[in-house]
Amino acid sequence: MVGEREECAGMHALLNRMLHVFVEDTYGTEVWCDVLEGAGLSAVELDSLGPQTIRTTRALSRAVETVLARSVDTVLEDVGTYLVSHPNAQSVRRLLRFCGTDFVDFLHSLEDLPDRIRLAVPSLSLPEIEVAEEREARFLITCRGPLPGVGHLLAGLLRAMADDYGTLALLEHEGRSCDGDRLRVTLVDTAFSEGRRFVLGAGGAAPLLAGRHP
Amino acid sequence: MTGPDPILDALCPMHLRVDLNGRVIHVGPTLRKILGAAEIEGAAFFQLFTVRRPRGAGTMAALVSGARRRAKLELVRAPHTPFVAQVVPEPAGGAVINLSFGIGLAAALGDHALTSADFAPTDLTVEMLFLIESKSAVMASALERNARLHSARVVAEEQALTDTLTGLGNRRAVDLELARLAARRRPFALMHLDLDHFKAVNDTFGHAAGDHVLQEIAQVLGDAIRTGDVAARLGGDEFLLILSRPPSPRALELMARRLVRRIEEPIHYRHALLSVSASVGIARHDGTGPLDLVALFDSADAALYAAKSAGRGRVSLAPSDRTEPPVSPNRIAPHDGA
Repeated sequence: MVGEREECAGMHALLNRMLHVFVEDTYGTEVWCDVLEGAGLSAVELDSLGPQTIRTTRALSRAVETVLARSVDTVLEDVGTYLVSHPNAQSVRRLLRFCGTDFVDFLHSLEDLPDRIRLAVPSLSLPEIEVAEEREARFLITCRGPLPGVGHLLAGLLRAMADDYGTLALLEHEGRSCDGDRLRVTLVDTAFSEGRRFVLGAGGAAPLLAGRHP
Repeated sequence: MTGPDPILDALCPMHLRVDLNGRVIHVGPTLRKILGAAEIEGAAFFQLFTVRRPRGAGTMAALVSGARRRAKLELVRAPHTPFVAQVVPEPAGGAVINLSFGIGLAAALGDHALTSADFAPTDLTVEMLFLIESKSAVMASALERNARLHSARVVAEEQALTDTLTGLGNRRAVDLELARLAARRRPFALMHLDLDHFKAVNDTFGHAAGDHVLQEIAQVLGDAIRTGDVAARLGGDEFLLILSRPPSPRALELMARRLVRRIEEPIHYRHALLSVSASVGIARHDGTGPLDLVALFDSADAALYAAKSAGRGRVSLAPSDRTEPPVSPNRIAPHDGA
């Protein structure tokens, strides 16, 4: 049971870190300080890992909503886009691009993503992702996990990845049902644009979420 | 088989076929990208690759017979990419040679612009690269987090009131307590202690022994004070007791002497007996009149200095506290069995 809790804490810590670098890189350090203050947290509390991490995520989400005056769901969607497109999160985009040769290949590979991540960080348990090809160029993605909002993050991330591959796709978040968040992806044009170049050997040892460098 | 084989190209995109005379017949699509040249067919295999193992193999016959399972090749031209190779002889002579980057793949992929599509879907090269990159990204993140936690720790230590070695109060604790006492108008006393012969212990037995002595002394001081008093280590081998309900100057002096005797009891450390002593300077504030903390501290310091210069292991009272002529600084011999 303790192990399960730790895994959960790892995922929350990751989410906290994502919110942190996203807010700081997009809105600036001052706004991030406002969020921390609003959440009643210190920077150290944010870094510490433990059962309190889950509470931290909740406090942080509420503060983000207040300070940015936006729903946390739309913020999480932007976080997803940020992870793929911002220079400070380059290693995330690279890792995702490893997973598939084109966007469709990438969508299918999402099911393997939690296992891939577990290979690198055994204690980190990503939500289970199921990808069903309903018919040609139409996919239903179900994201099962205890973390609310992960579906929105995934939606933003997939939208940006489609762009990265040069694919024109429609993405709808169909809400949260009993078996998790459901996303519907419809491919309109798989060769819409050139997409961004991706070669395997260009990565350095950049931190996963580097964030703003002081 | 003579011509290109689409099945082999798909399964092993980094293979090549070489004839009996070492001429390249065909190159798989990924290897063609790596070699870069358009006209590879017909080129001499041994001009493209240096054979590292089997050592010195310069003919097809030597390569085929020497490479039982695994050969090692290297590109002749820069960047001299190394390969692991499987050499499968063909009945007519010559061989199919399948290449892989082996464990040097991260460096190799830095030199050659390849994508996942260049590898067979069952090939674990891309998975391995994913693992390498995610590991180093996670490691870099962990190091970054460590650095952040470290600076947080430094800040916390600055705010801490405890000396980490001895568990006594630290200088900050002393400042806070003195500020508190200054606000109350009550008498209190400072007992400033400095160890004697401590350097000798450190030099002879090492710093671990020195640390052990400091911890033992801290225990003695902690036992000697009452609730409401503060025992602190000011740094090095310097200690301070703040006594909030001080007895008479004479009793203070006796208390200090008892302390010195306790401190002079030999301390067991591993197989050695360590001996130190202490000099003590005492200053007292009687609770009336304005309190000048700096002056009080100075007089405790001056008393300590007087005790030190009178010899080691002595106790001295600040002049203003002497109600009677100074007790002749009687030397307290170490281990006098009191």
